[in-house]
Amino acid sequence: MTAAVFFGCAFIAFGPALALYIFTIATDPLRVIFLIAGAFFWLVSLLLSSVFWYLVRIITDNRDGPVQKYLLIFGVLLSVCIQELFRLAYYRLLKKANEGLKSLNPEETAPSMRLLAYVSGLGFGIMSGVFSFVNTLSNSLGPGTVGIHGDSPQFFLNSAFMTLVIIMLHVFWGIVFFDGCEKSKWHIPLTVLLTHLLVSTQTLLSPHYGLNLVSAYIIMVLMGIWAFFAAGGSCRSLKFCLLCQDKDFLLYNQRSR
Amino acid sequence: MLTFMASDSEEEVCDERTSLMSAESPEGRPGPEDADSTAQWRSQDSEEDCEEDPDRYTCHGVPGQPPGLEEELTLKYGAKHVIMLFVPVTLCMVVVVATIKSVRFYTEKNGQLIYTPFTEDTPSVGQRLLNSVLNTLIMISVIVVMTIFLVVLYKYRCYKFIHGWLIMSSLMLLFLFTYIYLGEVLKSYNVAMDYPTLFLAIWNFGAVGMVCIHWKGPLLLQQAYLIVISALMALVFIKYLPEWSAWVILGAISVYDLVAVLCPKGPLRMLVETAQERNEPIFPALIYSSAMVWTVGMAKLDPSSQGALQLLYDPEMEEDSYDSFGEPSYPEAFEAPLPGYPGEEPEEEEERGVKLGLGDFIFYSVLVGKAAAAGNGDWNTTLACFIAILIGLCLTLLLLAVFKKALPALPISITFGLIFYFSTDNLVRPFMDTLASHQLYI
Repeated sequence: MTAAVFFGCAFIAFGPALALYIFTIATDPLRVIFLIAGAFFWLVSLLLSSVFWYLVRIITDNRDGPVQKYLLIFGVLLSVCIQELFRLAYYRLLKKANEGLKSLNPEETAPSMRLLAYVSGLGFGIMSGVFSFVNTLSNSLGPGTVGIHGDSPQFFLNSAFMTLVIIMLHVFWGIVFFDGCEKSKWHIPLTVLLTHLLVSTQTLLSPHYGLNLVSAYIIMVLMGIWAFFAAGGSCRSLKFCLLCQDKDFLLYNQRSR
Repeated sequence: MLTFMASDSEEEVCDERTSLMSAESPEGRPGPEDADSTAQWRSQDSEEDCEEDPDRYTCHGVPGQPPGLEEELTLKYGAKHVIMLFVPVTLCMVVVVATIKSVRFYTEKNGQLIYTPFTEDTPSVGQRLLNSVLNTLIMISVIVVMTIFLVVLYKYRCYKFIHGWLIMSSLMLLFLFTYIYLGEVLKSYNVAMDYPTLFLAIWNFGAVGMVCIHWKGPLLLQQAYLIVISALMALVFIKYLPEWSAWVILGAISVYDLVAVLCPKGPLRMLVETAQERNEPIFPALIYSSAMVWTVGMAKLDPSSQGALQLLYDPEMEEDSYDSFGEPSYPEAFEAPLPGYPGEEPEEEEERGVKLGLGDFIFYSVLVGKAAAAGNGDWNTTLACFIAILIGLCLTLLLLAVFKKALPALPISITFGLIFYFSTDNLVRPFMDTLASHQLYI
């Protein structure tokens, strides 16, 4: 497979995340640290779910057949639940860290919970995307023919788009989740968990990429809109931003319009 | 060892001497002397930092600073310092992983170092484990002996010997290892290069490297050279350490690091205390310094900042001690002596930096490189180890900000790295592979 496939799929999957990182996170060291800590939390959640899956596999004595498939589904569901649990744990940790930072230097503006929600979501997303896709990407540089056994020849492209949607979904889930936790409306994190489960179980329809991808993107758009309003956006501010009439923003950046 | 650079004007020394240095593991096996020197150049200047803090503020012309400000500044600078260390550590690891994945030479087994004489080509698992433990014992005892030897040399002021030792080892790294590396890279990519060009390139590279590391040079260039020699050293370790021995050695060296830096009778601690007693800088050649020291030589006429005057004295003091080392100056300290505009305000906010020993770079890169070399073309393990090491470094820096004394940088990171390596390799990889083969996303 060609370098074009490699670069194309790499940029499809990681381009937006890279852009978000460069423009919003790389400028502030504290955000980079929180991003890496978020990635670490996701990694630990993955480790925990792998441990459980491994244990269950050992208990069922590694028999082949449909048992393995059910075990895998169980593993997927468990992993999603553990990921959301770790998102909650990260929320608690950030809350404590924020309080600690505030008490130590009250004048200095500590990052707001909304910003940390975004950063943590991006951390989770980047790690999740990288772990799902990097091995596939590195294989795409080697020799081979895609779909020679009758599988879809669009394997790489589909994986890339799926990775992209997962990354963006994690960002939006992070924002919505933290918002729900802040306001103690516990049905919101529950909804996040349910949509995550929905997206993951949809991937079980693997060979039928169309339905899978389209519904994942629809969910992403809906979550995006929810996250926008949860983060404090409104139709008015969106209009001002798009029409470049946001006077406060322009003043702040000292541009005249 | 991790240390802060107390770059503020303090009474005695306002230079990276007083900064905490990361637990530097011995730099190189092939240059055993080096290893010891690196292992020993772990300064622990915690106490000094705390004491001099009030002075720092008076020097700055703000005599009435509330005590809380010190903590605030520590925290305010904390995140920046973490990133200042993340970037070089990441770069070093990227160089090592890129080389491992593309140049076949460093993953081929072509013999072992004399420090690990026992072979791992044994039929039984128990025998292999025993051999790797024996290898580790020999390696660690070599390191301990060399460290103690170096402390003794330092105590009896054999500076020329130490200095010559360091110069020899960096010569070898910059010329011989670079030559081998370049040869292998050219071989891998099938690029032809004639000897005159090669000679010219390596001569320039090595000569500028020697100047930058041992004398003066732009900070960025010096940092780049330190990263490059750490990567080269790490690659040598990855190639010549047998599989299991490497992992056991990594574990053992973190324990040794912990002991040597924190125990009262540890060699490194004794070394640092001796250096502090004599008010001498520890060799800069084996420490990565993350920030510039304050600008020396700028006259400040403001009487309230009496520290500025002390600043002017310090370089002279240091010059004398440098002469005894035979070294003209601190490469880091006098990196950019700005033209003194009399009457102009010097930098109010001095760049405080953190120092990390080169041995830490080397062993971090060895861990990640071994994970990358482990075969199977699996990137997840490498990435997991990378993140684990960064988080360990972050935690160590947090502890540094809390305790304000020299801390070993290896234990936490290597522990996390080892845990994540073995668990990702054995547990996560089958899970992710199974998911990927069914194209499931979690």
